[in-house]
Amino acid sequence: MTDIGRAGGTVDAGELEKFARMSAEWWDPEGKFKPLHRLHPLRLAYIRDHVAAHFGRQPNQPRPFAGLRIVDIGCGGGLLTEPMVRLGAETVGVDPGEANIEMARLHAAQGGLAVDYRATTAEAVAEAGETFDVVLAMEVIEHVADVEAFLATLSRLLRPGGLIFLSTINRNLKAYALAIVAAERVLRWLPPGTHDYAKLIRPSELEAALNEMGLRVEGRSGVTYNVLGDRWQLSSDMGVNYMLFALKPEAEPGAG
Amino acid sequence: MNARSEAAEPDILIAGGGSNGVGAALAIASAAPDLRVQIVDAAPPVSLSERGAKDERASAIAAAARRMLQQLGAWNEIEPHSQPILSMEVTDSRTSDVARPVFLTFGGEVTEGEPFGHMVPNGVMARALQSRAEAAGVVFTAPDRVSSFTSGPGRVEVKLASGETRRPRLLIAADGVRSRLRTLAGIKTVSWQYGQTAIVCTVRHERPHNGVAIEHFLPSGPFAILPLTGNRSSLVWSERAEEARRLIEGDEFVFQIELERRFGHRLGAIEVEGPRQGFPLGLTIARDFVRPRFALLGDAAHGIHPIAGQGLNLGLRDVAALAETLVEAHRLGLDLGSLDVLKRYERWRRFDTFQMGVTTDVLNRLFSNDSAPVRAVRDFGLSVVDRLPRMKRMFIGEAAGLGASGDLPRLLQGEAI
Repeated sequence: MTDIGRAGGTVDAGELEKFARMSAEWWDPEGKFKPLHRLHPLRLAYIRDHVAAHFGRQPNQPRPFAGLRIVDIGCGGGLLTEPMVRLGAETVGVDPGEANIEMARLHAAQGGLAVDYRATTAEAVAEAGETFDVVLAMEVIEHVADVEAFLATLSRLLRPGGLIFLSTINRNLKAYALAIVAAERVLRWLPPGTHDYAKLIRPSELEAALNEMGLRVEGRSGVTYNVLGDRWQLSSDMGVNYMLFALKPEAEPGAG
Repeated sequence: MNARSEAAEPDILIAGGGSNGVGAALAIASAAPDLRVQIVDAAPPVSLSERGAKDERASAIAAAARRMLQQLGAWNEIEPHSQPILSMEVTDSRTSDVARPVFLTFGGEVTEGEPFGHMVPNGVMARALQSRAEAAGVVFTAPDRVSSFTSGPGRVEVKLASGETRRPRLLIAADGVRSRLRTLAGIKTVSWQYGQTAIVCTVRHERPHNGVAIEHFLPSGPFAILPLTGNRSSLVWSERAEEARRLIEGDEFVFQIELERRFGHRLGAIEVEGPRQGFPLGLTIARDFVRPRFALLGDAAHGIHPIAGQGLNLGLRDVAALAETLVEAHRLGLDLGSLDVLKRYERWRRFDTFQMGVTTDVLNRLFSNDSAPVRAVRDFGLSVVDRLPRMKRMFIGEAAGLGASGDLPRLLQGEAI
């Protein structure tokens, strides 16, 4: 109980109760965020395997990310942040939502995990001059107002030789039909209004923006839902959901 | 709540020190040495070896399970005490029949030099698994048992009868077919009794068995003669419950006569070695295999009729699937006890379990029957199978645990997790 109290900080008991309920909902594999839970192992394996390969780690050894510093931008309840800690990384979870951060803290404390959660923005962390070996921004860019400014901030957070991972939704008729009409309105996998079509971004646009900043895209993959197997899988089809990762070269062109 | 007490907590606590519980601990600890695995067993530690010595039962280990034992480093210790099953004969007879026509013979090997099964004494297997598990860093706590548990958000609080409390991330119930932990978790079962008892004993015989396993389908139930090392065989003799009790508790001379009537004379003079034991036969399958931070393993998830010798093999398949699920989740940094991880294990195992339960149930109902039409149909079926090599290969593959149904866990393919 002392851990929970500490995690709550200055938050009063009623608020804590509310966060506990929200946290339980966020982490319920059969609940509102079920599709995210199903997608989760696939994303994790993608990140783990590419980070391990890049930094010369054995993915099957205990704590393969020991010694790496990772930031999870838009961490929400900490679904992706906690695994990074368990894999051995020194991890910072960043989310502007106070409620998200409170429930993430509570969940980590319940599991006995040390995570540095901060209710702040990526800009503020970059402003403070902090840098990381790996920057994660999964399912985030489709929600930001200015994609180029956001990517520039992420680039500042990244150390030379480090990797950035992004996942998002393509912008085309198929993506509109599947990710917005089907997922939000028909299947109710996500609350209606979660995604705004105009804010979606194509892989080519994203790659061009990253190249512009001197980041080199090293890998890309589509993520498709297999209806028969009821599971997500990697695919060459980037038509709807996709992930990619980019390297910040050691000799950084146009630094500053 | 300091770092020291946290460090002492196991990641995984397993209730039950039988082959499934210890096998799972060994498989997990070998693949993920950073996970702390603890076993709580009700039997005192010294008695584990004694219990092994007293346990007269031997189990049929399918080729797939043997590959797993080899991969886990336990097979070398087991092999000298094990008897390869080189072929299998099935007959359908009345007890009084003098000559029992053989309807079905399974011969041979899964791959070159690999017989489709072995007979392994339970005690030998338990000791081999335990010594390997101890070497892999698994902590054994005995005698003690779980008295209650409460699943919380990050850990499950487990109270032991000794008064101690453990707070693992996952509690695995490997406490047998009448699992107390399953009841505590509120998991319901589907179950029925056959009114039959399996009489189990070891028989010494005059002539060698040549590695042949024999299954006589007698009206009272299957009568299996399974080859052990030397001129010995293990008997699994199903009888109606009251008849079985009369045989087990009654006079040795009467038992010997009844035994000879069924056993036949092809192996020469026979003599019972050690005690006669009885095991009531039933089918029990848990409705759910998992709860948050809680999983059922082996007989606690399913106790099936031993007609096809698949009970232990089914348990070892659980072991392989659960260990692989947990180790893969751990390597992704996932929370081992979370329901989405455990559901993967449940989806993996449930279909196989129901299929095996139903198959053995149908086999038993079909064969524990003396009506002429039923006999005619099943004999026709058996002799057809006997003449179709492809179908026989399929049966052998299934008996060896290498059937095509579902994804085979890596350990059962003889590979490391």
